[in-house]
Amino acid sequence: MSAAAAADVVVEARDVHYAIGGHQIFTGLNLTARRGRITAIMGPSGAGKTTLLKLITAQIFADRGQVLAFGQDLASLSWSEIYAARKRMGMLFQNGALLTDMDVFENVAFPVREHTDLPEPLVRILVLSKLQAVGLRGAAQLMPAELSGGMARRVALARAIVLDPELLIYDEPFVGLDPISLGVILRLIKQMNTALGITSIIVSHDVQELATIVDDSYLLSGGRIAASGSPQQLRTSENPSVHQFMTGSAEGPVAFHYPAPDYATQLFEADER
Amino acid sequence: MSNGTHTGFLLEGIRRLGAVAIFFARLILQCVPALARPRLLVEQIYNSGGRSLVIIMLSGLFVGMVLGLQGFDLLQRFGSEDALGTAAALGLLRELAPVITALLFAGRAGTALTSEIGLMRATDQLTAMEIMAVDPLRYVAAPRFLGGVIAMPLLTAIFGIVGLYGAQLIGVQLMGVDKGVFWSQTQDSVNLHDVNEGLIKSVVFGVVCSLIAVHEGYNAPPTAEGVGLATTRTVVASSVMILLLDYILTAEFL
Repeated sequence: MSAAAAADVVVEARDVHYAIGGHQIFTGLNLTARRGRITAIMGPSGAGKTTLLKLITAQIFADRGQVLAFGQDLASLSWSEIYAARKRMGMLFQNGALLTDMDVFENVAFPVREHTDLPEPLVRILVLSKLQAVGLRGAAQLMPAELSGGMARRVALARAIVLDPELLIYDEPFVGLDPISLGVILRLIKQMNTALGITSIIVSHDVQELATIVDDSYLLSGGRIAASGSPQQLRTSENPSVHQFMTGSAEGPVAFHYPAPDYATQLFEADER
Repeated sequence: MSNGTHTGFLLEGIRRLGAVAIFFARLILQCVPALARPRLLVEQIYNSGGRSLVIIMLSGLFVGMVLGLQGFDLLQRFGSEDALGTAAALGLLRELAPVITALLFAGRAGTALTSEIGLMRATDQLTAMEIMAVDPLRYVAAPRFLGGVIAMPLLTAIFGIVGLYGAQLIGVQLMGVDKGVFWSQTQDSVNLHDVNEGLIKSVVFGVVCSLIAVHEGYNAPPTAEGVGLATTRTVVASSVMILLLDYILTAEFL
C-alpha cells in the first residue's frame, strides 16, 4: 500500500483472531475503512458484528493480529492514549444509550463539559446547533424516558457528533425504527458524511437500506470477510453464502436450523420416556 | 471429590476477594478527581443519605423506645433504673446506631445503588461513557461510593440522637425515671472513647456497604436476572460483613 493510501485508512483490521470462551469469533479478519467514506459491515446475527465494534473502540483486544485506528495499533496503546483515540471517535449505540438522569440538552452537552472548558454560552450554541442538525432542538428539555426510539437515536447522534469526531461508528442504526424514523436516520448518516466529511462505519444487517448510502461494504461470515465491494457487487456475487444473505433466503450455506439430533429420533425418545 | 469442590469453592472465594480488592484500589484512585465535582458528590450524598432519613429516624425512634422499655424492666430488677440513660446511650452509640443504620442503609441505599449502576450497564450507558473517553468509574462509581461513605456516619449520628430521644420518651415520660438523673447519668458515663467507637464503626460500615453496592452494580451481568441477583447479593453480603466486622471492631475496642 502506498503512503498516500495508508494515510487514507482510518480503521484497519489485519488478520484478526478473536475467541470468547473457546468459541472462535474471528479467524483471520481483514478490512479497511477509508477516510471520508461510508463503510458497511454486514452479516447475519451472531457473525461477530458487535464484537468487531468492540475491537475498533478498544473495549477488547485481538488475540492475534492487529486492529489499527488512526494508524495506531490499539493493543499497543496505554489507557490515556486509548482515551485520546476515543475522543476522535463517536459511536451511536443501538438503543441510544442516553444517560437517563439528565435531559436531552445535558446529554448532548456531556462530552463537551467533560473534555473542554468552554464557557456556558458556547456550550449552549454548540449543543443547540447539533440538536438543530438532528431536528430536535425543540426537545432539548425532555428527559430520555420521554423520547421515542427514533428520537433517542437522533439525540444520541447529536451527542456523538458534538465534538466533531473524525470517525463515526453506528451500531445497528436501523433496528426497530418505523419507516419515517428510518428514512430520517438514513438521511442524517449520509448528511454527516457529506457535509462534515466524517468517516463512517455502519454495522447492520439491513441490506436494502444500506445499499442506498454505502460506499464500501463487507460481509462477515464464519469469522472472516466472505465478500467485499460495493453493494451492487455484493448483490451480483456468485458466492452462495453472499447470495443467501443478500437475498434473505432460508436455503443456503447458513442453516436455518441450529445443529440438533435427528428430528424423528428425538420425537420418538420423548414418546418412550 | 468433595475435597475438589471445596478447593474450587475456596479458590473462587479468593478470586472474588481479589477482584473486589482491585476494584477498591481503582475506585480509591478515582475518588480524588471525583472530589473535584462537588455537584455530583452532593447529589449522591442526598441520594444515599437524604433519602434514607425517614427510615433511619423512624427506626431509631422505635429502637430507642424498645431500649427504654427493655432497659427499664431489666434495670428495675436490680433497683438501678437511674442508669437507664447510661445503658441506652452506650448501647446506641457503640452498637445499635452503627449496626442498624448500616443494615438499613444496605437495604435502602445499597440496593438502589446496585440496581441503578447495573441498569446503567445493561442499557449501555457505562459503555457509552467509555467510548466518549469518560471513565465511568470516575463519573458514576466514585461519587456514589464517596456519597455513601459520607452519608453513613451522618445517618448513624441521627439514628443515635433520635434513639436516645426515644429511650428518654419511654423511660422518663412513661416509666417515671427522673429527667435530670437520666441526662446527668448519660453525660457522666459517655466519654469520647465511646463516641469514637460508634464513629469508626460507621465509617468502616460506610466504606464496606458502599463498596459492595457499587462493585455488585458495576459488575452485574447486563440482564434483568443479573441485576436482580446483584441487588440481592448486595444486601446479603453487606449484612454479613457488617455483623462480622462489628464483632471484630468491638473486640478491638474493649
